[in-house]
Amino acid sequence: MTEVVDVGTALGRPIKRKEDARLLHGQTNWTDNIQLPGTVHMAILRSPFAHAKITKLDISGALAMPNVVAAFGAAELGDLNASVPCVWPVTDDMVAPDFPALAKDKVRHVGDAVAVVVASDARSAADALEAIVVDYEPLDAVINMEKAISADTAYVHDDKGTNTCYVYNLGGGYDEKVKEADVVVKRRFINQRLIPVFMEPRSVVAAPMGMSDEITLWSSTQVPHILRLLLALVTGVPENNLRVVAPDVGGGFGGKLQIYREEILALQLARKMGRPVKWTETRSEDMVATHHGRDQIQDIEIAAKSDGTLVGLKVDLIANMGAYLQIITPGVPLLGMFMYPGIYKMGAYDFKCTGVFTNTTPTDAYRGAGRPESTYAIERIMDELAAELGMEPMELRKKNWIKHEEFPFTTIAGLTYDTGNYELATARALELFDYEGLRAEQKQRRDSGDKVQLGIGISTFTEMCGLAPSRTLGALKYVAGGWEHCTVRVLPTGKVEVITGTSPHGQGHETAWSQIASSILGVPVEDIEVVHSDTGRAPYGMDTYGSRSLAVGGQAIKAASERLVEKAAVIAAHQLECSTSDLEYINGVFQVKGDPEKAQPLGAVAFEAFTAHNLPDGVEPTLSAEATIDPQDFSYPHGTHLAAMEVDTETGKVTLRKYVCVDDVGIQVNPMIVEGQVHGGLAQGIGQALYEGAFYDEDGQPLNANMSSYLVPGAPDLPSFITDTTCTPSTTNPLGTKGVGEAGAIASTPAIINGVVDALRHLGVTDVAMPATPMTVWKTIQAAQGGK
Amino acid sequence: MIPIAFDYKKATSVDEALAALAAGGEDAKILGGGQSLLPVLRLRLNAPSVVVDCSTIDELKGVCEDGNKVVVGAGTTHYDVIKNPMVNQSVSLLAKATASVADPQIRHRGTLGGALAHADPRADQPPVAIALDAEFSIAGPGGRRTVSAADFFIGPFETAVGPDEILVSVAFPKLDGWGSHYEKFNRTAQAWSIVGAAAAVRMDGGKIAEARIGLTNVGGTPHRATTVEQALVGASSIAEVEAACAHASDGLEAFADDDADVDYRTHLARVLTARAVAKAAGLS
Repeated sequence: MTEVVDVGTALGRPIKRKEDARLLHGQTNWTDNIQLPGTVHMAILRSPFAHAKITKLDISGALAMPNVVAAFGAAELGDLNASVPCVWPVTDDMVAPDFPALAKDKVRHVGDAVAVVVASDARSAADALEAIVVDYEPLDAVINMEKAISADTAYVHDDKGTNTCYVYNLGGGYDEKVKEADVVVKRRFINQRLIPVFMEPRSVVAAPMGMSDEITLWSSTQVPHILRLLLALVTGVPENNLRVVAPDVGGGFGGKLQIYREEILALQLARKMGRPVKWTETRSEDMVATHHGRDQIQDIEIAAKSDGTLVGLKVDLIANMGAYLQIITPGVPLLGMFMYPGIYKMGAYDFKCTGVFTNTTPTDAYRGAGRPESTYAIERIMDELAAELGMEPMELRKKNWIKHEEFPFTTIAGLTYDTGNYELATARALELFDYEGLRAEQKQRRDSGDKVQLGIGISTFTEMCGLAPSRTLGALKYVAGGWEHCTVRVLPTGKVEVITGTSPHGQGHETAWSQIASSILGVPVEDIEVVHSDTGRAPYGMDTYGSRSLAVGGQAIKAASERLVEKAAVIAAHQLECSTSDLEYINGVFQVKGDPEKAQPLGAVAFEAFTAHNLPDGVEPTLSAEATIDPQDFSYPHGTHLAAMEVDTETGKVTLRKYVCVDDVGIQVNPMIVEGQVHGGLAQGIGQALYEGAFYDEDGQPLNANMSSYLVPGAPDLPSFITDTTCTPSTTNPLGTKGVGEAGAIASTPAIINGVVDALRHLGVTDVAMPATPMTVWKTIQAAQGGK
Repeated sequence: MIPIAFDYKKATSVDEALAALAAGGEDAKILGGGQSLLPVLRLRLNAPSVVVDCSTIDELKGVCEDGNKVVVGAGTTHYDVIKNPMVNQSVSLLAKATASVADPQIRHRGTLGGALAHADPRADQPPVAIALDAEFSIAGPGGRRTVSAADFFIGPFETAVGPDEILVSVAFPKLDGWGSHYEKFNRTAQAWSIVGAAAAVRMDGGKIAEARIGLTNVGGTPHRATTVEQALVGASSIAEVEAACAHASDGLEAFADDDADVDYRTHLARVLTARAVAKAAGLS
């Protein structure tokens, strides 16, 4: 074996992102920027009703409009009206209704697609929508989830005779174990519906490519590989003829982890018409037609001894599926299922989830997918239990969390957490926060009856990421694996291609993956090109979501890079007339130990491999290596987040004064990217706590599906975050990395609400609904005071 | 989204604009900075026959002095209002309310006249105009006329400016030496006001001698809190200010929306008025 000397040039350094100069200068390749000759533009007529029969659909008016090339309802589209797939039948008896690209005889949510117009320009297509005549017979809308599963309800899907999609159970020992408890605390939490407000709206271009049978589909997606497979399956386009490219993608947050009806329609119409078909959504469309996230009613019960020792936890969820099932809609609550016990030891855990159909936009993954919901529930109920017991909330956590010397630890939910050190992260966070000082100020404000009260919110979270061991996915009935692939190629000119199956949409993979490869190959970061998000150039991959890309994809990069060095060493040894064990590999150069004059750089080896004039017997030409890695287990980042919340009791306005988080994400490849991910995640988690929430009236009309009333926080609304990290390397992957894409969003929501409740607990407040708007907080105070 | 097709006419003078409006009929729309019109067009909430672009008419721009008044051209951008020394000296309440509008990019495009003529109940300048008894100069086919603030605001998105008219300028009385404050209450920094309170006060010997109060988004039009103004005379402490401002809800026909129901909106009117007055008066 050649000894590889890791000179540590790249790994762990906060180097600037390779992507940014191009992105910041607007030299971008968004899907909507793609202009192909002969392109026609698609516009979609959407239902204004939540639930209605289509009694008449007449597209002839649209066909008569200027520049219109074609128009289709479900009838006109015929066999091309393929269905949107769901790949996660979570139970054998799950109800899975058909979800056609164009609604057939009923519409089931505001925004459901009814007809499509194709015109030579986007404006004409939009204008022509208004010439389509649709007669609707409105039906009772199913909006309230509890009513949906009661006897007194209409059905979203009549033929199913139920609004229950599935019931999932785990555990079963709680009712027996709870007899040992001294205290039981029950709460109902509402994890409200959220919209994944990415900056770049969805966009797709589908184009038949010249005289070949190939169709290329560009889409603003997180999942080009999955999209290619599923589009082939649902449309019948041979997979080998379909190339999917995700060019620059401006954010996703799970909202682009999907196969959307518009992608199906663009592909089908491109086939039918033999022309490039383009569609870019408006923000108004996005807010009703892009899948939503969260939307769970959480009935949580926690049992403990009087000294605070946890006895057990019982979770009963009602999860809103929306009107149809999309790619992993039913599975999202189950991604949280294993995480409700959080970082705590306990004797029993029961979980039940009822998935429910309603006449609302379908839900699916949104940053954290299941884990924000579980983390919110456990971290909120721990504070309520502490209040019930009269314990300091951090002391209650310390009493029950897994101690660092107990890792690896198998939780009551059956997961084995490999590493972690909650004590260390918490100690650092408390110090940065000035916990004692703020507690003293809180007491002073309470004692003086200050109009502005101070609360301290705690969240000691963990999450599971790095989706996922394929066998585990199989056991959960998910129909694909969770592996990841990488091919590393050294070109004859010495340049390196790292071909990954991950698909970045803002995460900085081009930089971070270069750093990993550079640390092994010894090639400068700038000589490495990361090839991604194009099934034509990077054919194997499972894409980017669930904080998996580094923890899983990073392993493949490392393994492929090491294999490449191994192959190169054989060639170099042959050239240098020595054995591989006589070589060492330093900064991209093979040299004979003790004789540094005898050396060959990697580029020269690659050229030898290319010419193949003088290769050792049995060694194939070209210098490349690949690895496809199935992760051995999840990884479990954790951290301690602390929020100082000021609540103006006179107006109900909440201000986040100080936020400290200490995250343990294992080994960091690029700390600057880690910090950026934490900041963005915090903003979204704080958004859920204080600002965001998508609501419907009882007829299923969206109340705030626009950006002037669906408020997302901006920089002026957030303080400067104080972030730090600790490091217990993960043992489930050879890089020791965990995952950071979702941590901030998962951890921060309960920290904020715990802080708001803590500020008001002395006034009799025990919960505040999300988002904690000024009116909500004011009304909550009024109600608590009135109740005294 | 893409607007419905419309004709476009760029006017270089007020007369040209009036002619274009006359030709365009009832459905003609004036484009100032586009702060409100462009979203409305892009959401297809309005389909004007013609958009008359007044953004480059010199006569509509700038701030000048007219005796004891400061006259602001309707086409003056928020940014230019905020930065104008005369406005800051003599109509500081207008500068403060304008500084709270949206974000820097929008403040460089949006105009004072546009904000007033659009008459969105959530906008921050209408309560200033009503509190300070501003006078509106309006040009029409028959010449120019002046309308008082009390008569200018008719209802939500409805003013005394007729479809064939254009707002030319707004005159504010000079209030040199008065204290002022605009207390804006919203959910995020760039969101509309849920309620806002505009207050200007003249202090004399530590007591409030005169007060002008306008409220944002407590009804269809900006609200002049005259009862509070009277009750404030002589107040010299926070407690007295709060007692006087309890009248802020007098005569209000507060409405409910997703941000505030009637109770909460009424409560906010009282609390925010007291805060605005206390800050304007320098009381703490």
